[in-house]
Amino acid sequence: MKSVCFYFQVHQPYRVKRYRLFDVGNDPEYFNDRSEIDLNNRRVMEKVAQKSYIPATSLLLELLHRHPELRVSFSFSGVALEQMERYAPDALNLFKQAFDTGQVEILGETYYHSLAFFYSLPEFERQVTKHREAVRRIFGVWPRVFRNTELSYNNEVGKWAEDAGYTGVLAEGWDPILGWRSPNHVYRPKGTERIALLLKNYRLSDDIAFRFSSRDWSEWPLTAEKYGEWLRATDGDIVNLFMDYETFGEHQWEDTGILSFLEQLPQEILKTPGTTFKTPSEVITHYEQKDEVDMPHIVTWADTDRDLTAWVGNPMQKAAIENLYALEDTILMRNDHKLLEDWRKLQTSDHFYYMCTKWSADGDVHAYFSPYESPYDAYIAYMNALSDLRLRVGQTHKR
Amino acid sequence: MKTRVLMFGWEFPPFNSGGLGVACLGLTRALSSLGMEIIFVMPKKLDIRAPWARILFGDNVIESFNSPLTAYITSKSYGSDGAGHALYGSDLFTEVERYGEFGRRMAKEEQFDVIYAHDWLSFKAGLAAQHVSRKPLVVHIHATEFDRTGGSSINQSVYDIEKEAMEKADAVVAVSEFTKSIITEKYGIPAEKISVVYNGIDETTAPERLEEVTRLRALKRSGQRIVLFLGRITLQKGPDYFLRTAQRVLEHDKDVLFVVSGSGDLEADMMAFAGDLGIAQNVFFTGFLHGKDRDEMYAAADLFVMPSVSEPFGIAALEAMRMGKPVLISKQSGIAEVVNNALKVDFWDVEKMTESILSILNSPALRYSLGEQAKLEADRITWDKAATKVSGIIHDLVT
Repeated sequence: MKSVCFYFQVHQPYRVKRYRLFDVGNDPEYFNDRSEIDLNNRRVMEKVAQKSYIPATSLLLELLHRHPELRVSFSFSGVALEQMERYAPDALNLFKQAFDTGQVEILGETYYHSLAFFYSLPEFERQVTKHREAVRRIFGVWPRVFRNTELSYNNEVGKWAEDAGYTGVLAEGWDPILGWRSPNHVYRPKGTERIALLLKNYRLSDDIAFRFSSRDWSEWPLTAEKYGEWLRATDGDIVNLFMDYETFGEHQWEDTGILSFLEQLPQEILKTPGTTFKTPSEVITHYEQKDEVDMPHIVTWADTDRDLTAWVGNPMQKAAIENLYALEDTILMRNDHKLLEDWRKLQTSDHFYYMCTKWSADGDVHAYFSPYESPYDAYIAYMNALSDLRLRVGQTHKR
Repeated sequence: MKTRVLMFGWEFPPFNSGGLGVACLGLTRALSSLGMEIIFVMPKKLDIRAPWARILFGDNVIESFNSPLTAYITSKSYGSDGAGHALYGSDLFTEVERYGEFGRRMAKEEQFDVIYAHDWLSFKAGLAAQHVSRKPLVVHIHATEFDRTGGSSINQSVYDIEKEAMEKADAVVAVSEFTKSIITEKYGIPAEKISVVYNGIDETTAPERLEEVTRLRALKRSGQRIVLFLGRITLQKGPDYFLRTAQRVLEHDKDVLFVVSGSGDLEADMMAFAGDLGIAQNVFFTGFLHGKDRDEMYAAADLFVMPSVSEPFGIAALEAMRMGKPVLISKQSGIAEVVNNALKVDFWDVEKMTESILSILNSPALRYSLGEQAKLEADRITWDKAATKVSGIIHDLVT
């Protein structure tokens, strides 16, 4: 029997406002843009809720009722949950209702959607704990399967997740690493004993997440019927469809037909006898581990390189993240809640992604979505805010 | 059959005073490599030796007659421009009329398929040639009277010549969307008639990438950073904003030198202004630099600033980018439309310019990333691209 396993990522960062050099030492608020641009975090959350979270989850709720076999999983960053509670409680309420059907699993991650695993393990663990507690408070459940920020993964992440008591961990199913193996089976990370490794089927996932509305794509327009046939023709035990939840209504606007595609998909999949849906936890208990997978180097779900270079590839990104983590000890010693919060909000991976220059020389301004005018403007605002934070750390020290 | 183009220009490197001559060189070289035959007509008798012409244009002919004009001279300053310049007509309009007569004669003597005229000084010649030959006319707008005067007190006769030529031309080429909008709004030319062709850069027109700075070495070694303004010192280029910004930067950082490289009607005023601002000791005026001097100036700079009030394109910024220099350009420029790897500000935003300059000077990571990416990007903005577009426009007219 074949199963389809959905995992949707819900995340919104606290974007740093256009924090000017002359604000350093004068303005301790980095995330409070109130203008009509996409640096206004409240405005973005309200917009995304309106375009994506609310319509997509309303539909999903209906589908969960219509098809008792349907299963999905979500991973919410803590900063997204926090902003939703404050700016879009209706959206959060819908997610809770979806969870209450018993057909939805919530995954574990870092509260701040950070890359802390690769920079500070103690800080990483503190953020995972904080996230677990937030999920417990809001949904009443402890996550049992872990996914690291940007699906970043290596053997150490797998080992850590097993030691922390998780039953499974998610990663990108990137061919150069898998070799002859198919992502459509359950595996075990090298160096572990029990924990399961679920790998993203990136072709079928990206058909929805990236290519769905692309008119240059030979398969456009993609119908649920056609997609159902592709799934049917796919070998293996499982098809892991991992993507950003904003795909539904925000990355792909409603007028592309993405929501009607979503609406028809379950019935198309269930048409095939023996095909059903499973959450990651159900997949892990139901299927045997096929083989061990060795991933010594960091693999992510980003672009064609599938590594961390989109976040920490250029000198600006490296300077930013190194300067940030260099503050860890002093920040922790200060024991000042606001300082710690600000430092952690600056760890969110999006800040570094906005500084990416990978393809900016190609003249393709749309290769990377960013609320800043350029990677350089993103870097300037971030480093100015960091300078102010450094100043604040010093000041509280003196007192 | 090769398409033959009768082209009217006004200046040509090395006898140029600005971007117009550079554009004529780059464009004609690239057009001839696309298989077009260019008859480039010049008003001024220059010491252009035949071998040099052959190198650039193969078998094409460079015709010239004698006139003491530079392309950017204003009608006011022409009559009073001093010794050696009064060989012919006593004012600029007499010269333009004389050039028109010459255009008529050339049109009778030469065989060609299309007429192509660069900027208003050559429009009379282009119009005369069109009248005599009834061949299609293309006018290429590198700058309008509104750009040259910075929007204040435009010369009505110049405006009339520009307007007549654009109305009678079969096609109008503008160097940017910025310029295109001036042409539609101020000259009432229908947008459908105007094509935007961005300038380019390649080894025929670019400054040499020098590995070592010899003459400015002592200054650089003393730890001074150099911020460069390179362009005509006229209202259009915003030298006053450059100096106001210099004053603000120096309040924060004393080890910065501001170099104003170029000449123009505001040169004396700007020297006085630097004194008034109390920053004369940190501001250097080099006059107009040619060849190796110019290349070395670019190479010595840590940052290039182009605060133009109204800049149709801004080739100098592209030259700096190709040299791998970080650039800060005004949003009121055509080049801002095509490049991603530059910091962009409104010309009047002295605070943001100050902040940008300080950020670049104080962050090696930002300086490096911006410079490297700028170089990669500039290498892709070629004259071949521009010529391909122009040749398409010409092709549509002659077939």
